[in-house]
Amino acid sequence: MPYPTDRKYTKEHEWITADGTIGITHHAQDSLGDIVFVELPKVGTEITVGKAFGTVESVKAVSDLFAPASGTVTGVNEDLATAPEKVNKDAHGAWMVKIKMKDPAEMNALLSAADYDKFVSEEAAH
Amino acid sequence: MSVVEATPPVVRKTALNSVHRQMGAKMVEFNGWDMPVEYPASIGCGIVAEHMAVRTGVGIFDVSHMGDIRLAGPEALAAVQHISMNDASRLAVEQAQYSALLYPQGTFVDDVIVHRLGEDEYLLVINAGTREKDFNWVRDNTRQFDCKVEHLSDDFTQIAIQGPKGVDVLQKLTDRDLSAVKFYWVTRGTVCGLKNILMGRTGYTAEDGFEIYIPPDEETSARVWHEVLKAGKEFGAVPCGLGARNTLRLEGKLPLYGHEITDTINVWEAGLDRFCKMEKPDFIGHAALEKAKTEVVKKTLVGLEMVDRGIARDGYKVLEVGGREIGYVTSGSPAPFLKKNIALAYVPSEQAAVGTTVKVEIRGQGVKAQVVPTPFYKRPKKAAKSE
Repeated sequence: MPYPTDRKYTKEHEWITADGTIGITHHAQDSLGDIVFVELPKVGTEITVGKAFGTVESVKAVSDLFAPASGTVTGVNEDLATAPEKVNKDAHGAWMVKIKMKDPAEMNALLSAADYDKFVSEEAAH
Repeated sequence: MSVVEATPPVVRKTALNSVHRQMGAKMVEFNGWDMPVEYPASIGCGIVAEHMAVRTGVGIFDVSHMGDIRLAGPEALAAVQHISMNDASRLAVEQAQYSALLYPQGTFVDDVIVHRLGEDEYLLVINAGTREKDFNWVRDNTRQFDCKVEHLSDDFTQIAIQGPKGVDVLQKLTDRDLSAVKFYWVTRGTVCGLKNILMGRTGYTAEDGFEIYIPPDEETSARVWHEVLKAGKEFGAVPCGLGARNTLRLEGKLPLYGHEITDTINVWEAGLDRFCKMEKPDFIGHAALEKAKTEVVKKTLVGLEMVDRGIARDGYKVLEVGGREIGYVTSGSPAPFLKKNIALAYVPSEQAAVGTTVKVEIRGQGVKAQVVPTPFYKRPKKAAKSE
């Protein structure tokens, strides 16, 4: 799976673009399996880098969403409330929240597409 | 310096383990077994697709982790009667029944399917996680009977062919006329060229289907697995993992050991009355159950359906509407066929009536749910078959 290079990635399998759009990776949706429930914060909520800001559930598992950067939620993908399977179909298109980043420099600490790809393959090898 | 090394727990593998891996299955540890939880979306699988295949067509499961105990000898029936709660004397040869092994307190050692294979021969199919415990229990509690007890758990690869089309798939692979085999009966015949194979019209999916018991070597197991999948292709057969097995059994309210039934839950609480034959003169657990029958059942297993948005999961708390904790979820999941979020839960008997509104605590929030009739899913009665 080629990971888009227009964004950065976390080791918890979230992605974030420079404009503060956040989602989960193709690898994450694949490990979760059929996604049936996404719980996201309301617009205006402050989220903190490394802290849980929402939940995604597959048939089998419950998983926290961790903030790749700190900021204020400015948009929520309401589609996912009724069609959470969109995350399985297109994880890199089906965004979850948009934030106004507090400190865009936080992105520098995240993984590039190539590094994330490497990280995922190494994880799979264990 | 001396180092005491703990022996790493051995994860057991079925003979089909490498086949599952080759097919790209997601593997998990389940009760000490390395088992497929689901197969990849790239081959049309995933828990939801696998679940739907079983409800509408057919799905194939490796259930070789299940254990088997054989009791044979002149007093085999008496031994089975002593250790199990259902009435095995009602079984004709080649008939099977759902039953349970109980502790003297009337709580569960395990639930089992008792198959009568011959005049004086019975096969108990038991859970994977309780194999050794069950075998020791059965052996230790049947010493007074003239009956041989054998642990055959590693003697079979067990494949479940489940769904309304399961019979059609297996019929292509055997010389036996399966239309003559009723639900919860067994037969023997040639399967994929293997002689004298046990086939039971049993399963754990709340659907029609068969479970076959074949030799446990990897080569035979893999060959039969692939032949079954190939024979099922025209019916849309897919391989299914433990994920779908769990959601299927939950829709049908089939209990899972360690969840709905445990060593602290008794038969009345679990609502398994109809499989417990108190008119049998005696069996382990009988006296305690007799006594418990005269007392008020304090908690009851109920079905819940989520009313508000949220998914109840195993172990979540059940609250009354006012917020007081009253019980717990034993199994909870989205139900792929019913397209609802359902759960089984123990609640006080006075809050167990259908229609009662309760809450399930999900991440600190009470989310509304309702007690509903069970089973959540019942398979449609089959119309008479034309062939």
